[in-house]
Amino acid sequence: MREPGTEPIIKVSGLVNRFGNQTVHEGLDLDVWPGEILGVVGGSGTGKSVLMRSIIGLQHPAEGHIEVLGRSVMGGDTTQNQDLTRQWGVLFQGGALFSGLTVAENIQVPIREYFTLSQGLMDEIAAYKIAMVGLPPEAGPKYPSELSGGMKKRAALARALALDPRLLFLDEPTAGLDPIAADGFDTLIRTLAETMQLTVFLITHDLDTLHAICDRVAVIAEKRIIACGTVAELSRFDHPWVQEYFSGPRGRAAAIAQHHAPVEVG
Amino acid sequence: MPDTAPPDARSDAPALDISLEGGTLRFVGRLSIARISETERRLHELLDTVEGPLLIDLSKVSRIDTVGAWMVHRLLRDRPGSAVVGASADAERLILEVAAADRPCEMRPAHEPFLTRELERLGRYMILAWVNFTAILGFIGLSIISAWNAFTSRRGVRWGAVTVQMEQVGVNALGIIGLMSFLIGIVLAQQGAVQLRQFGAEIFVINLVGRATFRELGILLTAIMVAGRSASAFAAQIGSMKLAEEVDAMRTIGLDPIEVLVLPRTIALILMMPLLAFYASILAIIGGGLFTWISLDIPPATYVQRLREVVPMADFWIGMSKAPVFGAIIAIIGCHQGFKVSGNAESVGQRTTQAVVEAIFLVIVLDAVFAVFYSALGFN
Repeated sequence: MREPGTEPIIKVSGLVNRFGNQTVHEGLDLDVWPGEILGVVGGSGTGKSVLMRSIIGLQHPAEGHIEVLGRSVMGGDTTQNQDLTRQWGVLFQGGALFSGLTVAENIQVPIREYFTLSQGLMDEIAAYKIAMVGLPPEAGPKYPSELSGGMKKRAALARALALDPRLLFLDEPTAGLDPIAADGFDTLIRTLAETMQLTVFLITHDLDTLHAICDRVAVIAEKRIIACGTVAELSRFDHPWVQEYFSGPRGRAAAIAQHHAPVEVG
Repeated sequence: MPDTAPPDARSDAPALDISLEGGTLRFVGRLSIARISETERRLHELLDTVEGPLLIDLSKVSRIDTVGAWMVHRLLRDRPGSAVVGASADAERLILEVAAADRPCEMRPAHEPFLTRELERLGRYMILAWVNFTAILGFIGLSIISAWNAFTSRRGVRWGAVTVQMEQVGVNALGIIGLMSFLIGIVLAQQGAVQLRQFGAEIFVINLVGRATFRELGILLTAIMVAGRSASAFAAQIGSMKLAEEVDAMRTIGLDPIEVLVLPRTIALILMMPLLAFYASILAIIGGGLFTWISLDIPPATYVQRLREVVPMADFWIGMSKAPVFGAIIAIIGCHQGFKVSGNAESVGQRTTQAVVEAIFLVIVLDAVFAVFYSALGFN
């Protein structure tokens, strides 16, 4: 995965985030390497989403330094930020599809914003993205309110992938999906990441997702990343929260399930 | 070539060069979305006049993404017999992937011809108007049943909620309604004075202000202002609750949403409207009085005495009798539209607008009905 001499695609160092007098992150460091799928786990309220929002520039940290693709995301003028935002796609927890636009129009929003294309080509691009994320052909003209939860997530993923980004941020992609849909979504992310050579930053609570698709897992606790490594390494890591997380009944069940059915993992 | 650089021509994106030599189409550089506008235009220029299969040379392509692969796939699809040479493993895989994703896909809702579309819209609108009318009648009936249940049940009416609503729709509206009425009083007196001066009958400004305010304007303008303020608020509040499934949650707990949400708002408006209308009338009278005092030199004492002579008590009661009816209709329209919110956030906006339009419309219609009714009874 990590060849010598490669630079991390995301580099977070000394990150401090505060809300009022409550400190969420205190000197948090994290490196994400090109081509990997990094899972981020942690208890509720440990600031997983805040970390993601800091990296994509939605949250201004109190202190620290964040670099994405070798460029700082803090400060910087708008043109530079536009260059950067084109390089990543974000899937928000609820999908965050624009409710007044159809699925096809949602996918075309980023393309329309950056490029001048004929409507015909734009429709073709939207159509193959819809197919790639596994939505049925009749989903194109539908509005988000007419879609089920799983379909909304797939449509939002298609929008996140509209500009062929190098980086994909996913905030709890399988939350609220039934186990079958969640499995399908895991497989989809894995396949797309391989096809499009994506680097994926994935926040999740779903232990099955961690086992199935993540190359490495970062654990947030005590306001920083306390451990980062493969699932096997982490299950041997000596920290009460990590132990409970990976060795609790759910953690064991997920590990066993993965052991018996390692088919989709590439 | 156009002079202006395409929007994606950034200095850091290496150029893509496309050339055509005797049936061989060669891509050099990065075949990715960053160059897509240019790629589309260039392919158009090169291939518009060329027929038949192509040999597509990708050996000099340094980077390719799904959009680039799609452009290649499109050429292969549209020109049978074409072939790709020199593709890297990545490029081949991507082209296969997008080819697998190529299937007919609906893009936008079906489009109707103009005439049938407009006719359909008209028909739909007529049906909707009728359905809406019956729905409002039904909603009024539901509210009355809920009110009866609430007044006769052990639990009783939720007076706490009623008080909160009274503050929001009544007390908080005092400022804007007072200012509006005061200014209307001044304008009424001023415009009346300009016309009546031609007959030397300025003193009749007092008749104009007094009778118009107590009988019509005070209550009508207050109702319009409340419809704008509170009908929209009710629709938005209940609509957001409906979107967040709070209304469904109430039903599962055994609460009647009509009783919990509609009844307090309706009672609050029925109680507050007469008070607001009275307050608005008084401020309009004060505004008119101020104008007559300053501009026509009629002292306040004379103004008040004259008012008592020319404004019959019936005018006051007619005005006040309309207030609770207007209040009830505004509250019910607002809440009804709130309950009709469904789907997405846009629907909240539509319903809120609809609530204001319907409420104001019905207030004016009812005002006309009252005017005819009281005239027929002999109150002129």
